[in-house]
Amino acid sequence: MSDLIHASAVELAAQIANKTVSAVEVTQAHLDRIAEVDGRVNAFLHVDADGALEQARGVDHAVASGQALSPLAGVPLALKDVLTQTGVPTTAGSKILEGWRPPYDATVVERLRDAGVVILGKTNMDEFAMGSSTENSAYGPTHNPWDLDRIPGGSSGGSAAAVSAYEAPLAIGTDTGGSIRQPAAVTGIVGAKPTYGAVSRYGLVAFSSSLDQAGPFARTVVDTALLHSVIAGHDPRDSTSIKEPVPDVVGAALSADVLNMRIGVVRELSGEGYQPGVQARFDEAVELLRAQGAEIVEISCPSFTYALGAYYLIAPSECSSNLARFDAMRFGLRTDDNGELSAEDVMRHTRAAGFGPEVKRRIILGTYALSSGYYDAYYGQAQKVRTLITRDFEAAWASVDVLISPTTPTEPFRIGERVNDPVAMYKADLCTLPSSLYGGPAISVPIGLGDENLPVGLQVMAPVMADDQVYRVAGAVEKALAQQWGGLLLDQAVAL
Amino acid sequence: MSAISRDDVAHLASLARIELTEQELNDYAGQLDVILTAVASISEVAADDIPPTTHAVPVVNVFRDDVVTPSLDRDSVLDHAPAAEDGRFRVPRILDEE
Repeated sequence: MSDLIHASAVELAAQIANKTVSAVEVTQAHLDRIAEVDGRVNAFLHVDADGALEQARGVDHAVASGQALSPLAGVPLALKDVLTQTGVPTTAGSKILEGWRPPYDATVVERLRDAGVVILGKTNMDEFAMGSSTENSAYGPTHNPWDLDRIPGGSSGGSAAAVSAYEAPLAIGTDTGGSIRQPAAVTGIVGAKPTYGAVSRYGLVAFSSSLDQAGPFARTVVDTALLHSVIAGHDPRDSTSIKEPVPDVVGAALSADVLNMRIGVVRELSGEGYQPGVQARFDEAVELLRAQGAEIVEISCPSFTYALGAYYLIAPSECSSNLARFDAMRFGLRTDDNGELSAEDVMRHTRAAGFGPEVKRRIILGTYALSSGYYDAYYGQAQKVRTLITRDFEAAWASVDVLISPTTPTEPFRIGERVNDPVAMYKADLCTLPSSLYGGPAISVPIGLGDENLPVGLQVMAPVMADDQVYRVAGAVEKALAQQWGGLLLDQAVAL
Repeated sequence: MSAISRDDVAHLASLARIELTEQELNDYAGQLDVILTAVASISEVAADDIPPTTHAVPVVNVFRDDVVTPSLDRDSVLDHAPAAEDGRFRVPRILDEE
């Protein structure tokens, strides 16, 4: 049975389809694994064993009756607790939503169900996706399966830890400034942020609406691409949803062909602040790509230096507006409603009790950046920087097909190390912020271990709607390194 | 020079409808100052002739036909309201007694 938890999604789907194993057996093996290790990892906030087994029985019934199956039918998945699933608790890592069971499915969830993907439960995250370490969860931190004293990245740390701890072969995360790519990098797995607008935001608890994007995690590039193709596509319920066909990400991941591809190394995403081990693995990955026939060019993107400043004004501004909906009136927490206090005072008390420190900090910062007299200097200026960053990307596309960088400047830090230093925490997103502000697709793929024997990731960024290109490069890197290592990077982790 | 004082934070918290403790007011004043210093470099780069970007991908108004489609069931929505009465949300008083 233990082989089932180490198998890829592709292998599991094939075994379920040819009746070597049932979907119920696969689901049960993962539920058993969760019971075995999640007390130490804390990847899950809620395990929906009954719902998962019921979905699995549905798939087994479809197999028995000879119905056509989707390529991921029966494969279990961990869902970030920021997406709504009918009747299943959805907290977004916050006390203010504790106990809320949404009356509707997010579009992502609907697509997963339609594809026969089995949802095991909801994963831990930084409260409202604000953070880079999953320490901002109101329900305790998630631990990195490589070293339980380390952070698993964030905000989708629970989803990344679930996949790297073999609790699920697939997971959904969301990425606003790097919240899929950075956790994928520091847990030694693959994670992709699709083009903004490629995956519907309907049913995704909003943090920063102009940046939020859901995307896939898996242990292999092909599994990641398969999940991407299941959740992407136009949705009339999201007005920012792109009305174009989804690029052939699965074909690109399988081809893994970078011959004559022009790959740009971003000069500004290296140097001071980058750990030597991170830089060394990155330089080796560049040589691997060159050896496979890619043309490597150094590219300067001067405005990337200002991405951190622009992001930490735009995202808090949008969050201060989005989180106004948590008003204690229609759903979620309500405190001190004693018949004496007015609605506004109940609101103040409830928001004080329900939001954690980082969420309050960002709401206050965003309120400041949007207030009259400061708007032009902060929010307005940040939006102009966003234009400059987009221009840097567009200038790069004149000479290269994709851009690459390390995914994170450092290996995962220790739990507690940066909690009292917001700016140090924000720097974990240094490399992932530019493509978030631009809106193009980006992926992180494992490239080895750094100075502290912890995972390092390579980030690949591509033009808007060229999601296939990031999978092509990630596939090539994975294939070359698998030949060196005789498997995946995750095989080198100490078993939990 | 401190850009944000304790009183500024109190005013912002009031606008954002969050009751903050004395400790939080002082902590946030210091931290917001550090954050604003860290992001201040953006004022150096973008000149007046640079247009702002509001969305990653150009957004246009999206319309659908004006046809009634099913929406959420009222009871399932009210089931998770903090308080409900007679098929409606029950909220604390919004006007003064007098």
